[in-house]
Amino acid sequence: MAGSTDSEHAAFLSALRAILPDDGLLTQSEDLHPYECDGLSVLRELPLAVVLPRHRNEVQAVLKICQQYGVAVVPRGAGTGLSGGARPSAGAIVLSLARLKQIRALDTSNRTAQVQPGVRNLAISEAARPMGLYYAPDPSSQIACTIGGNVAENSGGVHCLKYGLTVHNVLALEVLDASGERLEIGSQAPDSPGYDLLALMMGSEGLLGIVTECTLRLLPVPENTLVLLAAFASVVAAADAVSAIIAAGIIPAGLEMMDQLAIEAAEDFVHAGYPRDAAAILLCELDGTEAELQERLRAVEKLLQRQGATSIRIAADAETRLLLWKGRKAAFPAVGRLAPDYYCMDGTIPRKRLAEVLEQIAIWSAEYGLRVANVFHAGDGNLHPLILYDANVEEQLHAAEALGQRILELCVAVGGSITGEHGVGVEKLDSMCVQFTPAELAQMHRIKAAFDPEGRLNPGKAVPSLHRCAELGAMHVHHGQLPFPGLERF
Amino acid sequence: MDQRECLQEQVREAYQQSRPLQVQGAGTKSFYGRKTADAEPLLLREHQGIVDYEPSELFVTLRAGTSLQTLQEQLAEAGQMLPFEPPFFGAEATIGGTLACGFSGPRRPYAGSARDYVLGVHMLNGLGESLRFGGQVMKNVAGYDVSRLLVGSLGTLGVLLEVTLKVLPRPERELTLVHDTDMATAIVRMNQWAGQPLPLSASAWDGSHLYLRLSGTEKAVAAAQSKIGGAVLDENDGILFWKNLREHRHVFFQGTAALWRLAVAPATPPLALPGQTLIEWGGGQRWLRGQRDATALQALAAEHGGHATLFRGGDRSEEVFQPLPPALFALHQRLKNAFDPHGILNPGRLYAAL
Ligand SMILES: Cc1cc2nc3c(=O)[nH]c(=O)nc-3n(C[C@H](O)[C@H](O)[C@H](O)COP(=O)(O)OP(=O)(O)OC[C@H]3O[C@@H](n4cnc5c(N)ncnc54)[C@H](O)[C@@H]3O)c2cc1C
Ligand SMILES: Cc1cc2nc3c(=O)[nH]c(=O)nc-3n(C[C@H](O)[C@H](O)[C@H](O)COP(=O)(O)OP(=O)(O)OC[C@H]3O[C@@H](n4cnc5c(N)ncnc54)[C@H](O)[C@@H]3O)c2cc1C
Repeated sequence: MAGSTDSEHAAFLSALRAILPDDGLLTQSEDLHPYECDGLSVLRELPLAVVLPRHRNEVQAVLKICQQYGVAVVPRGAGTGLSGGARPSAGAIVLSLARLKQIRALDTSNRTAQVQPGVRNLAISEAARPMGLYYAPDPSSQIACTIGGNVAENSGGVHCLKYGLTVHNVLALEVLDASGERLEIGSQAPDSPGYDLLALMMGSEGLLGIVTECTLRLLPVPENTLVLLAAFASVVAAADAVSAIIAAGIIPAGLEMMDQLAIEAAEDFVHAGYPRDAAAILLCELDGTEAELQERLRAVEKLLQRQGATSIRIAADAETRLLLWKGRKAAFPAVGRLAPDYYCMDGTIPRKRLAEVLEQIAIWSAEYGLRVANVFHAGDGNLHPLILYDANVEEQLHAAEALGQRILELCVAVGGSITGEHGVGVEKLDSMCVQFTPAELAQMHRIKAAFDPEGRLNPGKAVPSLHRCAELGAMHVHHGQLPFPGLERF
Repeated sequence: MDQRECLQEQVREAYQQSRPLQVQGAGTKSFYGRKTADAEPLLLREHQGIVDYEPSELFVTLRAGTSLQTLQEQLAEAGQMLPFEPPFFGAEATIGGTLACGFSGPRRPYAGSARDYVLGVHMLNGLGESLRFGGQVMKNVAGYDVSRLLVGSLGTLGVLLEVTLKVLPRPERELTLVHDTDMATAIVRMNQWAGQPLPLSASAWDGSHLYLRLSGTEKAVAAAQSKIGGAVLDENDGILFWKNLREHRHVFFQGTAALWRLAVAPATPPLALPGQTLIEWGGGQRWLRGQRDATALQALAAEHGGHATLFRGGDRSEEVFQPLPPALFALHQRLKNAFDPHGILNPGRLYAAL
């Protein structure tokens, strides 16, 4: 509410109060503090107010009042985002969708679930389980994060190599635009008429509309599943093994890599039985019918041995399998115990460049004096370097951010992207100037304006202003083509 | 050959003069979309070539004018394929045209659609600006997903210059099973089996028989076969059956009578419609022939969560795609304007007022 008077401010709040339940509007500073940041806790800001509507009509009413008073809106699910996407902006309200948490319908014959945006990711698979179905995308944060947040970030999980990202598993959305107008996008039927707005909504970080309902595709639970854990004496050998598996025509359900520091941290935390002396481990999940699985298992085992695996462990029973995954899924908090703070990066790279990228990260790690643990969705080239630092030591936060920025620039330079699944939020605005040209960013701003001409949905996130990029003087690197490629940069 | 610069020049000039262009691949799909006034063609066909193909990285980058045929041959050499199994509708079909139409084939309900496999694009918008979105990596959430937005936009938002697609290994074995059933039973079975972990890769009901294709390892296919049962089509007959269906060469598609496509929630029971119906995609795609009352057909499809398209023939000067609700259509117009402010790219091809 920039430049508003006290009386306008009061009128705005009382208009909200009139349409929300008693506990649905928070304005006191002590009530606002839990909302001052998302999972990226270094970025904090207090909102004007937090609203907690219970259903779509209340969300719609809130949006209309915000339009009337010209107030910006920051949508929020569970606040587990790692790029500051749900961080409040000064003068804006936070619109929490957490109370819209009904699973409205499970349609067994069409294999779909109709859910409200505040439903937790894991709750969907739990509800579908008795029907032999599940919702495939499984971010490590799945016990907490909401489906609305997943849509806004196009979240992935350890199984997206075979089963796709959120974009591949959502069939329809009900969306409210900035003025509260209701749009139905997509349907249970294939290929909706007109533009593929469903794809555009995925990963749009709350800038294009508020998701108030989702129709999701459910898949049959695989008959059998097993996990292989292979240890390697070098990261390069592990990376080569990943390529060898895929080159052999095998697409595992999941294929994850962790380096030594991540292995040790996870082992200390959950005691999954990871080999502490390995330079890298691969977790490879296979699924299918019993007969198929045995066939695949032998093929993968042989490939892993040929690629120099120093040990291979097979978990066929559910308990061991879950334990092996637990180590991986708890990797962030586990690494978080090694230092007071950690900074999680999310670049993607072509897999074949992994060895050189990790080598370069190791060199910079020594240079900056900050340890870096690496967790890697290896199958699809999504790297999570976790930079360890201590915010209380002067300059360490800056050093961590500078190192992070360099890692992202490197990802772009080798032909990858600054974010694979965590989104741009506020955190990677500067890196966007590296990945995109001014004309490309201007095109994105025009898309935004088509949905939200007043720019009131999650302003200042996801797409940097051209002005910001110009000030930064960032060097735009594209698809590995740096200006002056002959010059040494890293 | 790289024609990027002259294509860009042509679009820039057209933009400056507000002169419409007809984006053209090989013209194999000129039957699709609305009939529009003649305009200067923008020829993509010479802009061809595979730019980058890394089988073990599971992607291919190619110029939009590359023929589907060339692409599929290259992929097959490395034991890979386009998972969405696009129809060609003509030997010369280009990848740009295929994506602009958003066409997918029999594997679609089990493997995903054309847009699901697009990783990145290099495009020209209606201002003639050369823009890149997405990339060559599987996961990328930097900025809006413009690459996928362009799929199915019929060239009305931008000209595809280059695309990157995700590719997958070809299955070790494919097998087609046939059941003699009525429509209602066929729909029920398709959906029951889709709810079980079976390696289904295609399904169709042609008026008297249900066809099911299994794809996977030798053992997985054998196990599924014993579960599903039915007569086995000879391997070559199986390949031919799905190819003819995909290319609309099956007898159902012969003749010049209008062809309608109904997309509905897959488990939708048989619809009370005169004439024959051919069903694909696990029940989600249903074809009809002949003159129909468009409004009634669209209403019926909408009742079952879907929409109707006049796919081929009929009166193509009217709308051929299901009309959108006013608020959604207004958004389409604003988006069109965001990409093509002078309305020069294929105006009217998708909707009259777009
Ligand atoms: C330990 C940990 C592990 C993680 N692992 C993964 C992982 O494996 N894969 C992965 O992809 N991510 C992962 N994440 C990141 C995060 O969990 C995901 O981005 C998640 O989708 C965010 O969901 P949320 O409900 O917490 O959304 P929030 O953080 O509340 O919001 C995220 C964004 O979505 C917007 N938003 C939220 N709800 C709506 C709505 N209804 N309509 C419109 N916009 C909305 C917000 O404005 C914000 O921009 C992890 C995070 C943590 C802390
Ligand atoms: C006398 C005459 C009359 C004609 N009458 C008609 C008519 O009534 N209706 C009609 O539609 N056509 C008509 N055509 C054909 C028309 O000129 C074009 O051939 C046709 O519209 C476009 O070819 P095509 O794009 O379908 O090729 P395809 O490759 O089959 O392309 C299919 C679709 O994709 C778009 N497209 C192709 N490549 C790209 C790309 N790289 N980027 C973005 N979009 C792309 C096309 O614009 C089109 O929408 C006529 C031609 C002649 C000579």
